[in-house]
Amino acid sequence: MRGGRARAAAICGAAAVAILLPLALRQPTARNTLVLMLMLAQLGVAWNILGGYAGQMSLGHAAFYGTGAYVSTALLLRLGISPWLGMAAGAAAATALALVVGWPCFRLRGHYFAMATIAVGEIVQAIATNWDAIGGAVGLTLPVEERGLAGFVFNVSRLPYYYIALGLLALTLLVNWAVVRSHLGYYFRAIKDEPDAARALGVSLTRYKLAAIALSAALTAAGGTLYAQKELYIDPGSVLSTGLSIRISLAAILGGVGTISGPVLGAVVLTGIDEASRTVFGGTGRGTDLVVYGLLIVLIALFRPEGLVGLFRAPRRGQGAGRAGGAPGGTP
Amino acid sequence: MTAPLLEVQGLTKRFGGLVANDGVSFTLAAGEILGLIGPNGAGKTTLFNSLAGFFPPTSGRILLDGADVAGLPPERIAARGVARTFQIVRVFRSMTVVENAMVGVMLHTKAPRAAERLAREALAFAGLERRAGAPAAQLTVAEQKRLEVARALATRPRLLLLDEVMAGLTPAEVQDAVALVRNIRGRGIACIVVEHVMEGLMPLADRILVLDDGRKIADGTPAAVAADPAVIRAYLGEDHRAPGP
Repeated sequence: MRGGRARAAAICGAAAVAILLPLALRQPTARNTLVLMLMLAQLGVAWNILGGYAGQMSLGHAAFYGTGAYVSTALLLRLGISPWLGMAAGAAAATALALVVGWPCFRLRGHYFAMATIAVGEIVQAIATNWDAIGGAVGLTLPVEERGLAGFVFNVSRLPYYYIALGLLALTLLVNWAVVRSHLGYYFRAIKDEPDAARALGVSLTRYKLAAIALSAALTAAGGTLYAQKELYIDPGSVLSTGLSIRISLAAILGGVGTISGPVLGAVVLTGIDEASRTVFGGTGRGTDLVVYGLLIVLIALFRPEGLVGLFRAPRRGQGAGRAGGAPGGTP
Repeated sequence: MTAPLLEVQGLTKRFGGLVANDGVSFTLAAGEILGLIGPNGAGKTTLFNSLAGFFPPTSGRILLDGADVAGLPPERIAARGVARTFQIVRVFRSMTVVENAMVGVMLHTKAPRAAERLAREALAFAGLERRAGAPAAQLTVAEQKRLEVARALATRPRLLLLDEVMAGLTPAEVQDAVALVRNIRGRGIACIVVEHVMEGLMPLADRILVLDDGRKIADGTPAAVAADPAVIRAYLGEDHRAPGP
């Protein structure tokens, strides 16, 4: 199992770098960029369960993200419930939303499903914008005093946000890995490749697509709670916009759909482009990041349709190689 | 005689004004091989899709071990022991050969490690064990058809619906396919075989059912069906007469 050992070494190395990196980078903006990378990576990995493995292209994931952010924040502001419990409640609420929305939307295939998810995202955003009990268009402001780990607010040092984001990413990767190795992963990929053939083998499309969207939504919502606790301010534009939905899917698509590490890579590159264009062009260059995104997507589509992960992957081995079973679709 | 495995009663399927299957009835015993033939457009694939749950029949009953399964979705029919292949192959192209078979095994065995072992057995049965690690997309058409059969068998069916598994194969490959179907029957699995390749079907089928224009026009042994004037008319047109006495 040389491949297995190399992979274990790579994972340990990446983890060590991730843990030590913010200690080396002491500048607040640089650290903040790292947190943003981790947060987008976590969302991309969560999206990938549904969009990458199961092949159901969602462009409405902000609905789940916003649900997580709003549920935990509302529970905190109104009932004084800990954001950690709020995170679980937000994940549960997003799962419920995913099941309710998924039921009708999964009757649609391909582009039609993607369009329906855009509509869902827009509807949820419109509801939040007009719902005064949760702040409407003004949004919700969270108390800013330092509360430590139990209260999930850190101002003295913002380093804890980094490690919480890293922990959440690790958890999401772990869930993704467990899903991919279980029968769920095989069924998701079967549904993506040939839905009718999957049905003929006893795979209920509805049941397994709902499983994929429920897992994906719950993890995405947890990311939303983290955002609310980090920024201490949420409004529909920041946590429910379709632009955010697209960004989440883009991280996975750019990095490589249906791979475990692809969305992480995509998130690092996307966030890097954002921050670089902001530094280079300042306030006047709004939109340059979009130009660079566009260029990047064209280049990826032309030269590496499997995503940035393809740059690091050895060329496909010949037939009969023993890649069977053990490591489905997973990589580096 | 024990109750039949499958009993189809008056199966009718309409698409708008088109009657694709019109009151088709037949029975199938456990372990029997039934050939299903007919000119293009006779309704063979529609009948298959109704049996496998892909089309809900307009009327009629499909009794599997005496229970009506007409109108159940494909995944429920599969769980009751009916597996199928597709006329145009639909292997999971992003997966390896053994992973394809594992998806079939997982109907009954969800744990991947155990599923892989059973999948390799199914591949060995279909003569594909040496290709287990290859991406399914790299297989030849003949191999992909075998993979579809292996994957269907991996669900441990009692009835296997084979949709033109011999079409497009070389004569040698047809002989291999005939041997494979015989081995499947050897395991007590009943088969319904849609086939245009007569030299493959004739020596294989216990009985042949002939559809024409949605209706059943003959049902009997291969020899009897081949001599049936209605069948000859359906294939060759009104003007032809069977030569002979």
